[in-house]
Formats: sequence, C-alpha cells, structure tokens
Amino acid sequence: MVLKSAMKRFVYINDDSSQDSFCDNRISNRKYTILNFLPKNLLEQFSRLMNQYFLLIACLQLWPLITPVNPASTWGPLIFIFAVSATKEAWDDYNRYLTDKKANERKVWIVNEGRRKQIEAQDIHVGNIVWLRENDEVPCDLVLIGTSDPQGICFVETSALDGETDLKTRVITSACMGLAFEQLHKIKGVLECPNPDNDIRRFDANIRLFPPFLDNDIYPLTINNTLLQSCYLRNTDWACGVAVYTGNETKLGMSRGVAEPKLTAVDAMIDKLTGAIFLFQVVVVIVLGFAGNIWKDTEARKQWYVRYPSEGPWYELLVIPLRFELLCSIMIPISIKVSLDLVKSIYAMFIEWDEEIFDPDTNTRAHAASTAISEDLGQVEYILTDKTGTLTDNIMIFRRCCINGFCYGNEHGDALKDGELLNAISSNAPSVMRFLTVMAICNTVIPIKSKGGVISYKAQSQDEDALVKAAAQLHMVLISKIGNILEVNFRGTVLQYEILDILEFTSDRKKMSIVVKDCQNGKVVLLCKGADEAILPNAFTGQQLRPLIDCVEQYAQLGLRTLCFGWRELDEGEYVEWSHMFKEANSTLTDREWKLAEVCQKLEHHLEILGIAAIEDRLQDGVPETIETLRKAGINFWMLTGDKQSTAIQIALSCNFISSEPKGQLLFLNGRSEDEVFRSLEMVLRTMKITSSETKDVAFVVDGVALEIILKHYKGSFIELATLSRTAICCRVTPSQKAQLVELLKSCDYRTLAIGDGGNDVRMIQQADIGVGISGREGLQAARAADYSIGKFRFLKRLILVHGRYSYNRTAFLSQYSFYKSLLICFIQILWYFFSFSLFSGVSGTSLFNSFSLMAYNVFYTSIPVLTCVLDKDLSEKIVMQNPQILLYCQAGRLLNPSTFAGWFGRSMYHAVVVFLITVHAYANEKSEMEELSMVALSGCIWLQVFVVALEMNWFTVLQHLAIWGNFAAFYAINSVVSTIPGLGMHTIMFRLFRQQSYWITMILIFAVGMGPVLAIKYFRYTYRPSIINILQQQEKSGGPIYAMAIENLESQLKPMDSDISPLSVTQLKNRNPVHEPLLCDSPTATRRSLGLSAFSYFPTAQTRLSSSHSRNLKNS
Amino acid sequence: MMSSTSSAAAGPISDAGSGPDARRNSKRPKYSRFTQQELPACKPILTPQWVISIFTLVGIIFVPIGVAALLASHDVVEIVDRYETACVPSNMADNKIGYIQNPNISKACTRVLKVTKDMDKPIYVYYQLDNFYQNHRRYVKSRNDQQLRDKSKANETSGCDPEKTTSDGTPIVPCGLIAWSLFNDTYSFTRGNGEALTVNKKDISWKSDRDHKFGSDVFPKNFQNGGLVGGGKLDPKIPLSEQEDLIVWMRTAALPTFRKLYGRIEVDLKENDTITVVLENNYNTYSFGGKKKLVLSTTSWLGGKNDFLGIAYISIGGVCFFLATLFTVVYLVKPRKLGDPSYLSWNNNRGTQ
Repeated sequence: MVLKSAMKRFVYINDDSSQDSFCDNRISNRKYTILNFLPKNLLEQFSRLMNQYFLLIACLQLWPLITPVNPASTWGPLIFIFAVSATKEAWDDYNRYLTDKKANERKVWIVNEGRRKQIEAQDIHVGNIVWLRENDEVPCDLVLIGTSDPQGICFVETSALDGETDLKTRVITSACMGLAFEQLHKIKGVLECPNPDNDIRRFDANIRLFPPFLDNDIYPLTINNTLLQSCYLRNTDWACGVAVYTGNETKLGMSRGVAEPKLTAVDAMIDKLTGAIFLFQVVVVIVLGFAGNIWKDTEARKQWYVRYPSEGPWYELLVIPLRFELLCSIMIPISIKVSLDLVKSIYAMFIEWDEEIFDPDTNTRAHAASTAISEDLGQVEYILTDKTGTLTDNIMIFRRCCINGFCYGNEHGDALKDGELLNAISSNAPSVMRFLTVMAICNTVIPIKSKGGVISYKAQSQDEDALVKAAAQLHMVLISKIGNILEVNFRGTVLQYEILDILEFTSDRKKMSIVVKDCQNGKVVLLCKGADEAILPNAFTGQQLRPLIDCVEQYAQLGLRTLCFGWRELDEGEYVEWSHMFKEANSTLTDREWKLAEVCQKLEHHLEILGIAAIEDRLQDGVPETIETLRKAGINFWMLTGDKQSTAIQIALSCNFISSEPKGQLLFLNGRSEDEVFRSLEMVLRTMKITSSETKDVAFVVDGVALEIILKHYKGSFIELATLSRTAICCRVTPSQKAQLVELLKSCDYRTLAIGDGGNDVRMIQQADIGVGISGREGLQAARAADYSIGKFRFLKRLILVHGRYSYNRTAFLSQYSFYKSLLICFIQILWYFFSFSLFSGVSGTSLFNSFSLMAYNVFYTSIPVLTCVLDKDLSEKIVMQNPQILLYCQAGRLLNPSTFAGWFGRSMYHAVVVFLITVHAYANEKSEMEELSMVALSGCIWLQVFVVALEMNWFTVLQHLAIWGNFAAFYAINSVVSTIPGLGMHTIMFRLFRQQSYWITMILIFAVGMGPVLAIKYFRYTYRPSIINILQQQEKSGGPIYAMAIENLESQLKPMDSDISPLSVTQLKNRNPVHEPLLCDSPTATRRSLGLSAFSYFPTAQTRLSSSHSRNLKNS
Repeated sequence: MMSSTSSAAAGPISDAGSGPDARRNSKRPKYSRFTQQELPACKPILTPQWVISIFTLVGIIFVPIGVAALLASHDVVEIVDRYETACVPSNMADNKIGYIQNPNISKACTRVLKVTKDMDKPIYVYYQLDNFYQNHRRYVKSRNDQQLRDKSKANETSGCDPEKTTSDGTPIVPCGLIAWSLFNDTYSFTRGNGEALTVNKKDISWKSDRDHKFGSDVFPKNFQNGGLVGGGKLDPKIPLSEQEDLIVWMRTAALPTFRKLYGRIEVDLKENDTITVVLENNYNTYSFGGKKKLVLSTTSWLGGKNDFLGIAYISIGGVCFFLATLFTVVYLVKPRKLGDPSYLSWNNNRGTQ
C-alpha cells in the first residue's frame, strides 16, 4: 500500500502490507555476483587497450600459417596475468561481502504487530519502527518518533557521516510529542518524503498520524527529526524511529560511490606510449607487408627453390602483413605488465615494512591496500585533507587564559600549571572567580556522577568539554545539573545556580549565553561566551579592550582557539521584560532563528569582559612541518571539512596551512543566494588575479552552501579560481561535495590525493587518484576505503617524498626499459629484413631468432636484472627530505614522457643498428649461418642491455650486482645447457661460438660501439647540463655544501625548539622575487603549470626553512 | 600473483583503538636493511676522471686489437672467381635458363685461377651464392629434422610442404625444399704443372650435425628422380650422415649472400701458381639472377678474410682517444665543480636577493 510517485515516497508506519515496495535493509558494496563475475571482470580487464592488443596477438598466433613462434609463449603469460588480477578482484569482493554480511546480520529491535522483537538488520523494511539503545549504531535512516527524554530530545554522533564529533541534538516531531511508551508500539500514520538522495543536510518531509493518535494534521519534518544510518545514539537511553530509507538507499548509501579501479598517471602515459608504438608498428607492418607482397609477386616466383604456388587462397594478401604483425608484436612487451605488477607490489611491501611510518602510539603500520598506484604518490599535485582527526588529534585542551588583562599560562604554555593563576584562585580573586564560573556553567554540558563518585561530562562540543574539565582542575567543579538547578563545588563549597534561560549557540551568533540566578544572593546574571568578534563589540563602554584584542591576536597566532567570556548582572525588571520577549520569539513559527537572535542581542550587550580562554585543538605531531615540506615540494593543499568556518580557519592558521596577515590573505566566498555567491566569486577571482603577482599567500574560504551554488552554476569560474589558488579551505561541506571537489580538480587534470579519517571522507578518498586513510580514532571506515592507510598525518611526507618518488622513478625506468629491450630485438628483426633482402625486394616474415630465444630474452635475460630497480635510489632519503623541491620532477612527469621515451626509442634503434651491422659484417660469408648469427646478435643484445641497466642504475647493492652480473652469467649458462640438447636448432652453437675468438671480439666491439656514445652523452649532460637530481647526486657523493649546511643548521635549530606549538608569530619578512624562473620551464606540461606559477614562489625560502623542518622531523620521530 | 601476495602479507589493518599495551611491538615491522631499503650500496657517479680514464683505457685496448685483427685479415689469401656468366656458352647468353635446364648441354666449364700469394694448407674451397634466399620463410621451415635423424620416422614429413611426397604419395627422404634445392656444382682442381689437387670433402660439415642431426642409417629415398633440372641429386646408397654436401647445405644461411664449404685442399700453394678448375655448372641461379662464385681461401685466428673487425676496432679506439682528449680539454678549459649548490635553482634565487 505504498505509492511511489516520481519525486516522493509515502511510508506507512507499521504497515506490513507496504513492505515489499522498497528494498530491504541489505547493504551491498559488492561489485560482482557469482554469475556476472567472469564476464564483468574480463570486460573490465579488456577495457585496457594493452590487454585488447595482447588478446588480438594471442588469437592471431593460433593460426599456424602466420605464426613465427609458438602460440604458448603468448597465451601462457596472458592467461597468467588475467588469472592473477581476476583472483585478486574476487578476493577483494569476497572480503567486501563478508563485511557487508557482518553489518547485515547485526541484531536490531523492531516493533512488529505491537510487540518488540529482534531481527537482523537486513530485514528492516521501510515503515518498520526501530528501537535503539544508547551507543547503538543506527541501521538505516529513521524518522525519530520517540526518545527516553521527556523533552523528546536525543543526541547522536554523526562523525561517520560528516566528520563532526560534536554531539548533535535530534528532536522528535511535534506530532509524536508526548506519546507514551506503549502508544509508540501501535502508532500508525503516513510519512511523505522525497525519494532517496545523498543530501545529509536536508530532509523535507511531513508526517500525518492516523487517529486515534492525533487529529489528521500534517506536521513538517526536517533533518533534525531524523537519525541517519551509521550515526550513533549517545547520552540517550533509548530512541525509536520509523525506517524511511533502507539498504543502499539511505543517505549514506546514496553518497557511497562505487570505487572505480584507479589508473595512475604513469599507467595512462604507458598506455599512450603503447598506442604510439602500436601506430609505429602498424606503419612498419604495412610497409613490410606491402613490400613482402610485391616481392612475392615479382621476385619470389623466380626463386624456384621457394616453389610459390601460382594461386593462393583469397586471404593470401593478408598473410605476409599478419606475419609481420606477429613478428613486430614483441615491440609491445607483455612482460611489462608482469614486471610492473611485480615491482608495484614490492613498493607496496616497502611501504608496509617501513619502520619510520609505523605509528607506535596506535600500533599501526602503514598499509597499502592498493598495490597498483604507488607511483602516483610521487606525482601528487593537490592534497585534499580532512581536518578533524586528520590534521588534529581531535582533543581540545585548555591552554591559556587572560583574566582581567593578565595573561596566564604564557610561561609553560599551560595555564593549569601557572602558579600565579593558582594563587589567584586560592585568594578568591573575584575576577578569577567569575571567570571560572563562566567556564564551569556557561555551557550545555551534562555532568554524570558514576557510582564511585567520579564525575564525567557529556558535552555537545569539545570546546565546552575542555573548559569544564579545566575549570574542574582549577577547583571549580561542576557537579550536577538536576532540572534547572545546577551545582558547582568550589574548593569544598557547593554553590547553586538556577538556570533561567539558555541562549543557544548558532554559527551566525557565534556566541552562547546562559541566564542564571545565583541562589546564594538571588542575583540574576547573564553569562556569555563566544568568539571575540561576537563578544568584544558588546563590551560596556569604557572598558579597556586593547589588551584583550592584543591577547586574542597573540593566541590566534599561536594557533589557539579563543573564546571570550562576558558577564552582566541583570535587573530583575529588565530580565522579566526580556524573558517575555524570549518566550514569544521561541514560539514563533516563521523565522524563529532570526527572531531569537534579535531577542538575544537585546540582552547580550554592555557585557563586562572577563577574559579570554585559549583552547588548543591539538594538532597531530609534525603537521605544520609536513604541510610546509610538501608545499615546498609544489603540492597544493585544500582543506575540506564539515566543521565550522572559524574552527577551520583557526586550524589552518596553526598548521601553516595559511598565513595570518600581513603575510597571507583570506578571501571569503559566501552567500546564500545565487546573486550573492556570484558577486562574491567575481570579487574573489578579481582579488586573486591581482594578488597573484604579489608575494602574499592567498587562500580562499568557501562554505558548503555557497559551494553548492557554485558547483551548480559557476563551475567555470570556480575552476579558474581553483587553478589560481594554492590553498583553499572549504568548510561545512558534505561528503558528496568533498567528492565533487576532488572530481573538479581531477577534471582539470591534476593529480589529487585525498586524506581523511572518517566515514565522511570515504567518497572523497575513493574519488581521488590516491586515497589515504588515517587509521585513527574515528574508526576504520576511511582506512578501509583508502588505497593507503597510515597512522599519522605526518607520515604523508615520507609516503610521498620517499615512497612515491622512488616508485615513480623506478616505474619510469622500468617501463621505458621494457620498451627499449623489446624494441631493440624487434628492430634487429626489421633490420634483418631490410638488410638481407635488399630493400623492397625480399621480405617473407621469417624470424631471425628462434622461439626459445625470443621468449627467454623477454622473460629471463632482460626482465630479471631490471627488476632490481626496485632497490634503486637516485638520491638518498635524507637528501630528498632536505630538498623536497625535486619532487617537481615527478609531478611534471619528467622521467616518463614522450621526450624521454623518444630517447629510449632512439637508443634502442641505435643499439639495434649497432648489433645488427656489426654482427652481419663480422659474421659474413662463410660464417653466415642462421643459428650462429642469431645467437651472436642475441648475445650482442644481452651485452648491451646488461650495461644499459648498469649505467642507468644509481644505487648498487649486492642484489643489483647479483642480478645484473648473475644474469649475464646465467645467459651463457642457460644457452650452454640448451646447446647440449641434441635435436634443438641451437645444438652445439654456444660451444662453437665460445671457441671462436671472433665471437668475443665481436661482442666487445658491439659493447664499445653501443655504450660509448651513451656514456659520452650521459657524462656530458651530467657535467655540463646537469639536472637538479644530478647536482644533488654529486653533492651527496661529495658530502657537499648543502649537506654540511644542513647539519650546521640542525644543530643551531635544536636549541630553541622547546615549544610544541609552532610559533606562527615569527613573521620573518620573506624577500620574495615575484618573478621566478620555473624549474620546469622546458617540461611539456609547463604551459599548464604556468597558470600556477605561484607554486614556484616557495623556492627562495626553501633553504632557510628546510633545515628547520628537518630537525623537527628528527625530533618527532 | 604478486599483487595478491602483498595484500595477504599485509594482514588486516590494525585496530587503532586497541592502544599501546603488551602487544605494543607486535606490529612494528621487523627491521632489516632490505625492508628499510637501506642495503649498503655504492653510488657510482660520472666524474670527469672516471670517464676520461675509461675512454683512454678503451682506446689503449682497442687499437692493438684492431691492428692485430687487420694483420690477421691481411694474412689471409683469398681467390674469388665469379663464374656463372662466364660459364654460359656465348650462344646461350640470351637464354641462360634454357641452357641450365637442358640436360643435354654439357655443363662443364674450365676456369684458370692465379695464386696471388703463397697459400698455406689447408686451403678452404667455398662456393658463394648471391641473392639466394635461404632464409625465406617458406624455405627455411621446409624440412623435417626427425626424418633426417631417425630411420623409423621416414614417413614423418610434416612441415616439408611442398616437397613432402612424390606424386604417388610415397614420402621423400630427405623431404622439404631445402634438401630438394641442394647445390650441385662440382669443382676439380689441377695445378699449372698438371698435378691434380685433391679436394678433401671429408669433415666439411659440423661434427654435431653428422652425429646427431643426420642419421647414419637413414638413406635417401624417392629423392629428386630427375624432376628438377638444376638442383642436386643424392646417392641413395650413402647414408645421410655421410652426405656432407647436403649437411652443409642444410645449415641455412642467414643472409642472401653466403659461402658454404665445398672442401679443403691440403697442399700449400705458391705465389704465381696457376690453378685450373674444371667445374660442372649445374645449379640454376639464372632464374633469379643469382651469382655463383668459387672461393679459395686460407684462414687465420679470426676466420676468413674480413677487414671489418680490424678497421672497426682501430676507428673505435681512435674515437675513444679523441673523446678522452676532448673531455680533458673541455674539463681543463671550463672546469665545473660537481655538485655546486649554486646550480640549484632555488638557491640561485636566494643568491640574487
């Protein structure tokens, strides 16, 4: 009996007949089912061009007429590769199934036919009434209809949804207000709500209860009446609600995107290069095929010993080109996929093994869930980070305060230990007393006394929690709140207050107040706390505000959150009059919030400012240094948080994310309507363009509402803004907006890394090129969805600069080398046609090398030594950490791009010419025997490739020596063994060659001619056109100046480092040259990058800050 | 496989909430120099000293080798005589194919060679073919090694297309195009003084081929019974392992110009000796315009006459010396300090301020 219309769904409460119309509450994150696994997985694998190509080649090889080699040599690896990735996918999917199953089979209580019963979570249907107890996870989206609280309030923790750890208040709909416990079992009614969507901020629905419960009135429902899936019920004994969205249709389920398989920039580049090689191959095939056909028709008939049949089948014309296609197919090495997969999983293991990114606090190793994308870490351009739990520890601590113009806590950074404050308290200084009173009672904290007499606090906001706890330590202990009576214990004396009104906090007012009656003397007092900009203007005239403002400034620069405390005694009459207005405003239906604010303002003025409390939202260790280092590496940071704007800015300031005036400038992008937002955007853009030539760090701040409008209507301008700005703070954004922002940056072709720790970051993490999860306090959702999970934010530095960078370098080398060696052998074959059959005359499609040699060449001789590149390091980790700027090499893709590839292409061509010409000239005439000649050419290739690997390797460990020289020996050993087997074409060849002096002389000649120019060019570039990497290598080798300088600085820096809070106030005047020569001006991506020229403006300051960050690393680690 | 092992090795994500307790160290990765990527390593860098000495050294080594190779090549005496045109009677010059395919015309031909320099025994006799594609795909595959080796596999003719069987279906031994097109020119040599020079045709093929590839109990069967004019015939009474001309021929050449050993003359030849060669010009190269040459050559430690290696070595050595000098000069004229921090662009900018 449920009607579905286009936009709405009608939910009948407790009506069993309606159950089937909507999906049940089964959650499924699976990608495959048993039936569709094979086709879907194969389809996915074959969506990669390279795989299609290999399949095509493998199929062609089944045709014996054209195949030059044994088809098994292609089918074997191909099936192997596919089986491996399919197995892995299946395993992952199976794990997802298990997790889902666990969630689905959790027991929950629902009401069925008037009785409560326990069922599995997956059996909840829309319309069911679900009962929850304290600390239960909400199994699906519910509309709240009853709670244990007489006021109809319950508290939920929504961190999994939006990352905010503050408890949120949810109220039952007024329709159900006052319903008794038993009545809830029998309640009937209808809910009209929109079809499922992913907006966790909006729920525009209404409810109508059927008689006898209430008259037929329609009551509106908002998001405040809902309990959304995966939130937790807190501080409330029980609550119950009607399921409205279930399964994958919940708000969370709708915002959960399907994780797409990720393709790294390097993969994309390799695909592109493969495409280019393929085109080249097609050209070669067409030319050779054409020539072959012509030769066949003109010359071959005269070659009587070939005995061409005069008439061939219809496909005859195709045979020769297809043969060449197969011969040239080795140009695209199948081994590249195997080797890449192999080394990538070794990178992943290195990440997991790394001691330095092991977090002893939480006993967490780094984990690489995705083994395929390490090199993308080295190419990150944008980091989008969550705030709470990612940058911060999410623990608030009261640090300093300023009472009556006197600052406490400046000495040790902890007011709680400040002797002077303690003295003042023990002497009952009135100003301090009042300050403490505000701290202790101006809040909505609920004290709970356990049986042992220990008082614990339940607070909606971490700030209040910190304040009350600090007050308790300063002997002002909030002990109970019963009804309106509140008790405080101050050094043994119990003080009672009666709460008259609570003027709640809203983000617009930025303050909250409480009106209490002091039961000791009967005075009515207004206690007020809030942001400085909200409180200070309301001070009574004549108060000295300057010291306070200075103090706020000072605290803000230290990265502390400041709260101002105000106090005013009210006349009885004034209060009574105001109280009426307040009640009136409180019961208005329209614009209630606005009217309330107006009324509150009438009371919150002429305040006596008591002082300022400074709270530290403790940053994780090493966050500012990490951000600074990564910034220097040219990475842009965006902070995406669900939290309030002011909090976000505070944190941003304290972790070097943005600089305070005058170094930095914040541009605000607000607005509630399209027009406002548009104007704001235009202005910000204009300012940004003007200031981009200045030396300021400009960042923009945008909030969720404005962002939604922007993303809908002004995407173009926003993209422009995004490319101009190195830093952005997006506050109050939803999970899907986070994902949209990632998408936006990705659409501008930037490599993005998203890092977060909560369920609200999951989509962003999945969407980004690389998702990093902090396996922190907020559970493991993000860590599970992420490609990498680490214990602390600061490990990101090492993850990117060391692991990412090395991975990129190694992959770049490995992939190009793989092409090089395949092209080398292929070019030799092609040359052989051109040379042996005088040009355009005799091309038939024979393979110079036999199947065994070809396969072994690709599989053993050339693949194994190069695999040791997983240990290669161009620079030591220390140097990389000291010079994060060189990450730009990876970001710009300077080690793997068409031009570097052209170098390798040219080298393979050159080497092919060398090997071939020397071989055919040295082995001409009477020595021109096929098997011998092919073995000479093959040995030539091996000699060259051994030395190419040796020359390109920067870092020789035992393993490299073993692999490179061992492989060289193995080549001769294997071939000697094969040469002893009679019946093979290669029988005795190797021994014959060993005995020939000319063989060894030929090899040495090939080696010298092949490597000489390579060495000379490399030397020349290394010495006279060195890249930054080369310079650093040289410095490292010589233990050069930078190294010495860093050590020196390190020592000098170690002394003043006694404060954990990084002093933002050190406003060094940085002389910046506005016009910088970009390091990468010749890079192919330079044009795009020139947009973000500001990225390079960090260079000049690099050296000064560099060593300090390094020394801090040491300290932290 | 690799990707899956890594995820398996990684184990589950640790539960962050469990906190530091007795198991505190349980998840700390085990330290080893390999896992921390800290294996001791040497980091060679290209210093001018190194590079210059390498090039000098290569030069020093290469030039003498080159000289030695060149001398060796010059010591080899080689007599090459192209005869395929000269041996066609002048009346048949316009119809060479007709000449070669007419069994009734005598193919005998006499050539007189002059020994330019003393030739020490053994003197190798080669025939050289130009423009002959032994590496053609159809050709090179058209053989059956089993059949050649094993008497019982005589019927094994797969791969031998189009010379598998005779027209009545009996298998040919040895089958295939390569054997079918066996070279069949013959040479006999007489010194100027009338003394016959015996050509030793024993052991001209690879020993391994005689022992392992061609069976001593496999006899030619149904081979070439006159169907082809211009190709060789085999004596059905001699086992394949002793048909050394066939064995040599079946070692296919990689390039269209090749020499194959015909025999050895085990007598020293003196300068200005004349040698009369009586040859049977049987083999048809006229259809495709191929050349035939008779080659008499001595040998050196490097093989036959081939200046290539010597010249290449000397020139490479020279180039290396040149490069070494060039690098030295450049290094002295424009010395450049390796690893100077002022080359770093971010330091440059600082310096200018």
